[in-house]
Amino acid sequence: MTDDRRQTTDNRSVGGGNGLPSPVVCPPSSVFEYTLRLADNALILGHRLSEWCGHAPVLEEDLALPNMALDLIGQARALYAYAAELEGEGRHEDALAYLRDAGDFRNVLLVEQPNGDFAVTMIRQLLFASYAHPHFEALAHSRDATLAAIAAKAAKEMAYHVRHCGEWTIRLGDGTEESHARAQAALDELWPFTGELFEVDATERALVEAGLAADSASLRPDWDRTIAEVLAQATLTRPRDAWMQSGGRAGRHSEHLGYILADMQFLQRAYPGAAW
Amino acid sequence: MSAVAHAPAQGAALRARAWEVAAKVVDPEIPVLTIEDLGVLRDIKVEDGKLEVFITPTYSGCPAMFVIALNIEAALEDAGFGLPKITTVLSPAWSTDWLSDAGRAKLKAYGIAPPVGKAGRRALFGDETVACPRCGSGETERISEFGSTACKALWRCRVCAEPFDYFKCL
Repeated sequence: MTDDRRQTTDNRSVGGGNGLPSPVVCPPSSVFEYTLRLADNALILGHRLSEWCGHAPVLEEDLALPNMALDLIGQARALYAYAAELEGEGRHEDALAYLRDAGDFRNVLLVEQPNGDFAVTMIRQLLFASYAHPHFEALAHSRDATLAAIAAKAAKEMAYHVRHCGEWTIRLGDGTEESHARAQAALDELWPFTGELFEVDATERALVEAGLAADSASLRPDWDRTIAEVLAQATLTRPRDAWMQSGGRAGRHSEHLGYILADMQFLQRAYPGAAW
Repeated sequence: MSAVAHAPAQGAALRARAWEVAAKVVDPEIPVLTIEDLGVLRDIKVEDGKLEVFITPTYSGCPAMFVIALNIEAALEDAGFGLPKITTVLSPAWSTDWLSDAGRAKLKAYGIAPPVGKAGRRALFGDETVACPRCGSGETERISEFGSTACKALWRCRVCAEPFDYFKCL
């Protein structure tokens, strides 16, 4: 990831032009926290998808999965670079990605769930992308010019993920008896992790009110519509909204995250500062 | 006239010459397209005779950006401009709408179908019609939404039976 080039945005073209006074309501630390949550979601899911590289069932998917991983890792880089700038303590994007422990990660639990079979990976991606797409579309109107710029680009990328994984979900669900059963099992297994996507804590609420963050809770109907459309065509049954897992944003993770970090962070831990 | 009065004119001339050099840098993955054709080269600023080149990524994770930045540095340094500063701008977000007509024609001649229509919110499972860059037939089908690079999808022509890359509309 090491790249010394500065990443900035053109502040003239986004935000600030709506005639409203510049908001100084939220401390930079809360924007940092929010940016870190977005970055951690993107990095961890990007890493998960990259695990498929060379293992996908067909060549086209072996291209598609790393392509989606690359979108997410690209988004993570832009977000970490901005988070590091907000923090202002001289930490580089790499330090945020490679030198924090599990308890410091702020990603939702859904993205760290294991790849499972192909159905689990596709449905996990569908569930997340159907949330991230409208989230980034809303965030593209943030009064924070940098977040708005990153989101505008990411929204277009996530639209492709929804499309691709939606089509696969339909193909698997409305396929053979075996693929239908596996797709339904994947959906049932992942469903308890979807509630967390729409939680809005006090930090995020304040940012939403200041026009800086997207309001996750308000995106629920959009997500419900997309998922309902896909599940109907896929002949899959929407699980009941019962007990929902939560805690990722507060640093309470499943055991899976530690294994991801052990793999992803090994090089920087064993050879601090290694670069190429 | 004082030296100060000359400065802006000199700056503009320097910028124009530097632009000409930087604009010739090609995309390493689609070498028929220059970064000017793509709309990746956004601006060049001159301050105290030093250059700052502004580029924008096509996709967030496009690995070609690093190579493009290096090639701009090399091209400008070779042409005697000294080492420029390269700055990535994210806003406004890149769109295939910025691809020049010359760029579209070059893509087609190279065997890559240029993006169809204007970027915008598409229906979730809407169909696109992409003409085969070899035989021109509209009887084509998508093989995969994702292709050899982030910006391309894989398609196939049902008439001439050739598979081809399609530059995705973003």
